[in-house]
Amino acid sequence: MDALTAVGDRFRRILEIVQDVTLFCVSVLRSAFFPPYYKHEIIEQIHFSLIGSLFIVMFSALVAGQALAIQLAHELAKTGTKSELGHFMVISSVRALGPVLTGIVVASRMSAGITAELGTMRSSDQIDALVAFGTDPMKRLVAPRMIGLWVALPLLTIVGDALNVIGGGFVGLGYHITLDSYYSGVSRYLTPSNLMVGMIKPVFFAVLITTVACWKGLTATGGAKGVGVATTESVVISSVGILVTDFICTKLIFRVLGW
Amino acid sequence: MVTDPGRERPTMLEFRNVTFSIEEQTILVNVSFRVTKGQTRVILGPSGSGKSTILRLLMGLWLPDTGDIFVSGENITQATPERLRETRRAMGIVFQQGALFDSMTVGENVGYTLLEDKHPEEEVEAVVVRYLEMVGLDPDLRDRMPDELSGGMQRRVAIARALAARDPEILLYDEPTTGLDPQSSERITDLVLDLRDRLGKTAIMVTHDIADAFKVGDRITVLDRGSVVFEGTPDELNGAKDSFIAEFLAPYRKAIAAASKRDDTGGAFMGARPQPGGMP
Repeated sequence: MDALTAVGDRFRRILEIVQDVTLFCVSVLRSAFFPPYYKHEIIEQIHFSLIGSLFIVMFSALVAGQALAIQLAHELAKTGTKSELGHFMVISSVRALGPVLTGIVVASRMSAGITAELGTMRSSDQIDALVAFGTDPMKRLVAPRMIGLWVALPLLTIVGDALNVIGGGFVGLGYHITLDSYYSGVSRYLTPSNLMVGMIKPVFFAVLITTVACWKGLTATGGAKGVGVATTESVVISSVGILVTDFICTKLIFRVLGW
Repeated sequence: MVTDPGRERPTMLEFRNVTFSIEEQTILVNVSFRVTKGQTRVILGPSGSGKSTILRLLMGLWLPDTGDIFVSGENITQATPERLRETRRAMGIVFQQGALFDSMTVGENVGYTLLEDKHPEEEVEAVVVRYLEMVGLDPDLRDRMPDELSGGMQRRVAIARALAARDPEILLYDEPTTGLDPQSSERITDLVLDLRDRLGKTAIMVTHDIADAFKVGDRITVLDRGSVVFEGTPDELNGAKDSFIAEFLAPYRKAIAAASKRDDTGGAFMGARPQPGGMP
């Protein structure tokens, strides 16, 4: 009976957390959609998310794109369809790998930064000080981060996709696939619907990263150790959440939009 | 605004039978007190007795389970978020450790509310200089970051920030001297007294430092495990017979006695601080 009660309590606790996070997510979206806006903070966050993540996204995309291209070129060579490398690279990069890879790289960097910063502000009473001086922390701290990621993540995804595909082209040269043939495959399948699929996902990834990171930061307790734990959890939940969100988005895009 | 019949001064802050708990842990039990205009009330008690909770409840950061909290006559437990924001404007709070915004300069911290209210830069600059001077700091420090200042200076910046926040009638100090050396501590308590005497500010100071309580308190409330065990003037506290009070004051009395002894023998006791009249 005790074990049953314990399971029940745990289940109830999980439901409470899900409820709290959902309500928090709603207030994140509300604060991002409705004024007032802190323009200076928004610009700062766009800069921090976009410029700060650019190099690491470029590097990761180039390396991952080449690794993917090697695998694909190898398999295509077996069936004598090496000329399809451009086609496969576009589909796998723009629709799947690009957004997820960029999402995970940005999630690791941004969620750690956001949670650590907000967690430290929470433990040093800076959040309470903001409220005491009449500032809404959702407006000043959370909304700019949300908007910053909404701007940065799709742009970083475009850069990542491009470098994935460019990296594939270089690999193709090693398999005697000319750049002309590679890029004709690329241009044939670089359709608006494929591009849109790649652009829809980062919008949801941004909501996920901001919600998880800000939630973890604003609810961090237990001083430096607590902030450390919250930061770790934030990175893990965001990264795994990106994969789950990607799956859900892909399923919905196929089913609802038919793209 | 309610007027205190005994003193003919309006009541600025009042706790009426307030009980508060967090996650089934009771923090405050049936706490009541009032602070009249221009008065400094000290909330004294050991760590974990619920002192800082009182300030958070007063700022409306938390809501009590039962009881009422009045700020300038308005019951903030029933206030709308907009009214609560307005009520907060009448108060300035100095958090434990200062809670300065570490991504902003000292000047931006002090002028925070003015910057939020979009006042012209020249006006903000003038206010920042005025309040930094008022708390005894060099205005040239305004371009420094908070972590470049000593603990005592950070605490004074926090007081300047609280004062510059729309020149509040009420000031709340959350352990403003904790962790400071005796000299810095002295400067802070002198500043608290100066603000009361010169500007007539109403204040609540939360502390576990008995010497500070005797020095700045017009009235003192002593808390033990969330309950009020004493309420009165410093002299009344000094004469209280309650066993908890006696035990709580014992280290302070011992230090004072030791200081007197050393003074008698020509020695110096560096730790001795202002003592209340008639201290045994």
